[in-house]
Amino acid sequence: MRRIITATVQNRSGVLNRITGLLQKRQFNIESISVGRTETESISKMTLVVEVEDNQKLEQLTKQLNKQIDVLKVTDITDKAIVARELALIKVVSAGQLRNELQGIIEPFRASIIDVSKDSLSIQVTGKPEKIEALIELLRPYGIKELARTGMTAFLRGHQPQSAELPSYSLLNR
Amino acid sequence: MKVQTKPGTAPRIETKTGADLLVESLIKQKVDILFGYPGGAVLPIYDAIYRARESFTHILTRHEQGAIHAAEGYARVSGKPGVVIATSGPGATNLVTGIADAMIDSLPLVVFTGQVARGVIGTDAFQEADVMGITTPITKHNYQVQHVSDLPRIVREAFHIASTGRPGPVVVDIPKDISANPCEDEYDDNFHLPGYQPNIKPNPLQLKKLANALETAKRPVILAGAGVMFGSASEELRKFAEKHSLPVATTLLGLGSFPGAHPLALGMAGMHGTFTANRALYECDLLINIGARFDDRLTGNLEHFAPKATVAHIDIDPAEIGKNVTTHIPVVSDSKAALQSLFYHAEFTSDHDDWLQHLSDYQKENPLWYKNPAKEMVPQWLIEAVHNITNGNAIVTTDVGQHQMWAAQYYAFEEPDRWVTSGGLGTMGFGFPAAIGAQLAKPEETVIAFVGDGGFQMTLQELSVLQERQLPVKVIIVNNGALGMVRQWQETFYEERYSESLLQIQPDFVKLADSYGIQGYRIDTQEEFIDLLPEVFSYNGPVVLDCRVLRQENVYPMIAPGKGLHQMIGVKP
Ligand SMILES: Cc1ncc(C[n+]2csc(CCOP(=O)(O)OP(=O)(O)O)c2C)c(N)n1
Ligand SMILES: [Mg+2]
Repeated sequence: MRRIITATVQNRSGVLNRITGLLQKRQFNIESISVGRTETESISKMTLVVEVEDNQKLEQLTKQLNKQIDVLKVTDITDKAIVARELALIKVVSAGQLRNELQGIIEPFRASIIDVSKDSLSIQVTGKPEKIEALIELLRPYGIKELARTGMTAFLRGHQPQSAELPSYSLLNR
Repeated sequence: MKVQTKPGTAPRIETKTGADLLVESLIKQKVDILFGYPGGAVLPIYDAIYRARESFTHILTRHEQGAIHAAEGYARVSGKPGVVIATSGPGATNLVTGIADAMIDSLPLVVFTGQVARGVIGTDAFQEADVMGITTPITKHNYQVQHVSDLPRIVREAFHIASTGRPGPVVVDIPKDISANPCEDEYDDNFHLPGYQPNIKPNPLQLKKLANALETAKRPVILAGAGVMFGSASEELRKFAEKHSLPVATTLLGLGSFPGAHPLALGMAGMHGTFTANRALYECDLLINIGARFDDRLTGNLEHFAPKATVAHIDIDPAEIGKNVTTHIPVVSDSKAALQSLFYHAEFTSDHDDWLQHLSDYQKENPLWYKNPAKEMVPQWLIEAVHNITNGNAIVTTDVGQHQMWAAQYYAFEEPDRWVTSGGLGTMGFGFPAAIGAQLAKPEETVIAFVGDGGFQMTLQELSVLQERQLPVKVIIVNNGALGMVRQWQETFYEERYSESLLQIQPDFVKLADSYGIQGYRIDTQEEFIDLLPEVFSYNGPVVLDCRVLRQENVYPMIAPGKGLHQMIGVKP
């Protein structure tokens, strides 16, 4: 099953290495991982999209992450009301005459053309991963020269409790 | 602790270097003994140690691996973190085995490694190794010091992290310019670790559940692991077991957490555990695991592990609960706090006469056994003889292999924290240096190192430390002329193809001891051994005994890989 897990971490050197190393050592399958700073100085947030076999594996993952000294909080937000976004850059083979046709395809996705050259055209799209997948599929027949994706970043929607009050995984809360 | 260093204002108070701050911090942590080995990147630190030489004993081992295993032995019997110092590059990489060993066996260590100066990190400088990269997966936490003024705080954090919660090794990597240069900034050692709050008291709801399960259980059993001793909860465990008539099986690392001769003691469980301990785990309807991590050498094939049981697991590390065995009653707690609260939650007393009778019948029918030819030394007999003469009161360290399992089976401990062995990593070369550390922690106690003829040769250079310090460690080489455990597996599972497991050539261990100025004896018969033992144990100095034992002896009973706890072989002669 595919799970979306966020981890707030102390922004110290080595923390990323420790987390990716732990995922590798314990043989977890990572679909994507994205990291960046947060509103609080010295705290970063990671969004992990993982493929785990079952609940027991998932529990191990969150516990092992939680165990790291620099990890402040781990939350599985898969089943919550969340806003999740990814950004993709797609370079498509394109002679000038196709430009209008492509414009028509990407418009419903609210994607934009950000670079044009003699024989290629670059598109930027943001959204849920499924939306990005869908656009990629539509563009594939034109010939994708290059594709770069950021991986998902996500957080809870505003009408839910402040993130500090959310039940993160803990045996104590059971 | 502020240092005033306004440049140009006289008189200038002498500024402390990073190395001075380190030494100050160690003194503040009440460190009295350091295990280490000098080199280029730690010269400033060694200079500061020289200046503070009244404050510490520094044990110069002859290899960094010796230093870290000694620190592990020290930590295991003293309960205090073992402190290690090594230089950058090869000094640090020589520590790796010990760091991994301490990690998997939860031993508190604080390890300082030198590093090349900050300006050349990442340039493949002389004796540079990526210590952070190498040690991240095998440490509880690690640091590379980036600012000299951080050093006091980092040292304090390191000791705190290493010794609280589930103990473990912490590495502090110190670039040479950090230790060499004066600290111009203000510093303090206050720390705040919001992501690390390990002192967890048990959840009363879970304890209530456990008490209820206990009240109705017909065939309950306790599995006691090293966590009982880390929590100093042996006394509580004994009282709890007695109050509810609970038989107690121990893990390899849990030996000593419950008195070996107690009527409720089942002995060690697992691959070479007793028939009764393993059957109890197999047949029980309630399994209370206290501070053990359900290692695969303990559980055997998980499919057959405690198949009928409600499983309760008390552990300070939540990640251990439910990792290998489905757990119905999770209790995240220090072992002592959990047991103390259980006295309130389970006010009833219980007897389980039928179950205890059943187990006692098992014990009578299937005791540990070996054939004793009466003349030649049998390894099991040897361990028993040493147990007898020391009244089961010595501190015993072992190396890894057959002799380790025989020591676990036949040296029954009545007290906690007297058993030092490499369980999780199974590190050959561990036993002898660990004994050095144990002896330094407990100078008045008898310390015995049971080592194999193979493993002893991995770290025997530390005989120099015995000589230098005149430590009265008794090194007992269980010499079977083989990498015995490997030979046993080759005999059992590879049709006796003894590929590279027979040691045809060996040093003369007596002469070897002699060259270090240590008394050495070679012993070939039971009679010689019995005659010599009183002398060995009344002598207050180091001794090396080269004990020639029967070479073909195997460790039994045994659970073959892939088999369940109920499928032991070699249960009877
Ligand atoms: C560093 C290391 N290398 C290899 C092994 C694999 N191994 C486990 S037991 C053993 C044999 C040990 O022989 P010895 O020290 O003579 O002890 P014995 O089994 O004969 O009592 C070996 C090679 C190990 N555990 N550790
Ligand atoms: Mg041997």
